[in-house]
Amino acid sequence: MSTLTPPRSGKARPLPAPEAPRPPRRFRRSAARSRAALGALYATPTAVMVGLFFLVPLVLVGWMSLHKWPLLGAPTMNMPDNYTRIADNELVESAVWFTVKYTVLMTVLLFAVAFGLALLVQQRRRGVGFLRTAFLLPMAVGFASASLLFLGLLSDEIGPISDLLRKLGVIDGYVSWTSGSSESALGSAMVLVLWRFAGFNMLILLTGLQAIPLEVYEAARIDGASRWQTFRRVTIPLMRPTIALVLTMMITGSLLAFDQFWILTRGGPDNSTTSLVMVIYREAFIRLDLGSAAAISVALLAVLVVFNVIQLGVLRRRS
Amino acid sequence: MRSRGLRALAVTAAALLVTAVAACGGDDPEATGASGTAGVDDGAQLTLWTRAATESVSKAYAEAYNAKHKNKVTVTSYPNEEYPAKLASAAGAKALPDLFGADVVFAAQYASQGLWTDLTERLAASGLKDKVSPGHLNAGTWEGKNYAVPHTVDMSVMLYNKDLYTKAGLDPEKGPTSLKEFAEHARKIDKLGGDVNGTYFGGNCGGCVEFTFWPSVWGAGGDVLDAKGENAKVDSKEMSDVFALYRALYDEGVAAPASKDEAGPTWLGALQSGKIGIAPGPSVWLGLIEEKGVKMGVAPISGPDGGDSTFIGGDAIGVGATSTKAAQAWDFLLWTMSEEAQVEVIAKGKGVPIRTDLASNKYSSADPRIVLINSLVAKGKTPYAKNFNASFNDPQSPWLQTVRGALFGDAAKSLTDGNNAITKSLQQG
Repeated sequence: MSTLTPPRSGKARPLPAPEAPRPPRRFRRSAARSRAALGALYATPTAVMVGLFFLVPLVLVGWMSLHKWPLLGAPTMNMPDNYTRIADNELVESAVWFTVKYTVLMTVLLFAVAFGLALLVQQRRRGVGFLRTAFLLPMAVGFASASLLFLGLLSDEIGPISDLLRKLGVIDGYVSWTSGSSESALGSAMVLVLWRFAGFNMLILLTGLQAIPLEVYEAARIDGASRWQTFRRVTIPLMRPTIALVLTMMITGSLLAFDQFWILTRGGPDNSTTSLVMVIYREAFIRLDLGSAAAISVALLAVLVVFNVIQLGVLRRRS
Repeated sequence: MRSRGLRALAVTAAALLVTAVAACGGDDPEATGASGTAGVDDGAQLTLWTRAATESVSKAYAEAYNAKHKNKVTVTSYPNEEYPAKLASAAGAKALPDLFGADVVFAAQYASQGLWTDLTERLAASGLKDKVSPGHLNAGTWEGKNYAVPHTVDMSVMLYNKDLYTKAGLDPEKGPTSLKEFAEHARKIDKLGGDVNGTYFGGNCGGCVEFTFWPSVWGAGGDVLDAKGENAKVDSKEMSDVFALYRALYDEGVAAPASKDEAGPTWLGALQSGKIGIAPGPSVWLGLIEEKGVKMGVAPISGPDGGDSTFIGGDAIGVGATSTKAAQAWDFLLWTMSEEAQVEVIAKGKGVPIRTDLASNKYSSADPRIVLINSLVAKGKTPYAKNFNASFNDPQSPWLQTVRGALFGDAAKSLTDGNNAITKSLQQG
């Protein structure tokens, strides 16, 4: 406004633009402080939630793992007994190996199926919408409910699967899918997880696939790249952050496997499908040794942190 | 004059003080029995937790008690498998119900963890200590103190299908008198063919096997545990013989193939189907099977060559350690152990009374099968071990692995290795 003020003298001389009135330093400082306070206020609910539901339980579990922690009464420090006893627990040893084996098998299979489904429904075609919905639909069923559903379906007493397979001539006589042998029990659980989670992972991978600009594919085609070369040199590298994300979710989910084995196989036959979380459950609620359960939980948490650090490393390298 | 006035004032003050103290004494928990030995019926709302298996009995008790008392008991039940976890969580949160029952074999663990209030003095004053099921009472005892009293009794017996017995040419009024005879009967019935099988057992269920196989070991004069519940004896000849007999029945196809995988949930259903000739099972299933139109006979579980026994199971119950209504909760427990409750609620409902002096009553005499079941209380056992659940009932227990090996794998090695593993588990701190 001041630049439009007519000059007082005949000589046109632009007047220096007067500086906008600056608030005194003390006021500036208090404004900045109030802005910061407002920001902190906005963040408070989240901070309280994170503190209350994530950090406090985490610290408590760590603290418990250093104590003999009875259900009622005062805990007594027994560090590092809960940790050293992990090595003596034979069930932990077998559960670790089983959980690792399950994690490797499940991750490979689930990723292959989910990626395959994502590639299948990537292009807009007739019927693709139906397929995408059908693949995702099992996510609507709760995991415990899905496990019970499979238990019923696979039961020779009440389920139709065995009858159907017998009629088709695939099997003969009595077959127990969930506890007949360690292989069939593991297989049953894996089919359940594939059915329940393949669609969800497909959705994430599909989002990643569709984020790749079409121009990149066109350029590759102009350069004469084959479909395989395009997939290997364009799709996979550009999908790396998404792949890292789903792999981390799959690995974390598999290492924390519980429901499918608890409901479907009860950890059997002969403890062959007892996962690490089932051992934690047993220590806490069957043996009522909360300190021991906390120690195994902390050890498992450490493994999960390692996997998550690797994932973050991969993601950061790409971005 | 002045000093006399002061003295009068002091006396008055002292009298007022004494009166005030006496008045406060009216609220003294000791005086009302809150921490005394008598029960209190003052209109308190009491919560009672139980596992699904014995829910109907707890509800029948509560209904009959509520009808005649000011206190009101509300029963909540949880699925059997989830119940121990539910209790542990409630204890961790110091929010146990006023009363909670537990499978009698888990009672020692809960007592040792201090989850129940000490009932020693109350029980001693009640005059019932020598009249209730000793196995249940022992199970709820830890370091000489009583923490739980009997709540329900369920025993293992041989249940046989009378129609199949007749079809197989066997006398439906005469059950087997030894385990070998049981096997013979099962084989004869299995020959009927079709969907019919001679017998059935829970081959993937530690609890089912201990409940139905151990009486045969006891019947043969053997034992499974020492008195303190710290050493296993599952590698004995008696145990080996019992497993061998059932294993032969499975290998021959006399036992239904699903026996190998039976983890408990479909055990009752298999017997209710009417296609199983004879099988050991809980006595409370007698009515449940007959509800499906299957006529059943009852026989004791015997050793291979005779000698009857039974596993006295069921529930023990105590007052939650965090409850503030212990006197009122005790009032309910006292009533459940009374003659009125045992005869008019339990015996009338075809159950087994927890009172040994009421085994014969006006209802039991009406059904000779109930008389037989009640008579077994004196011959049976309730095993005692602090780590019973972790060692025997849990799906990850060393016992289940032993059972699987003895029935379907290398029997001798499984029993030897299993004995060491179970002993280690029993002795774990």
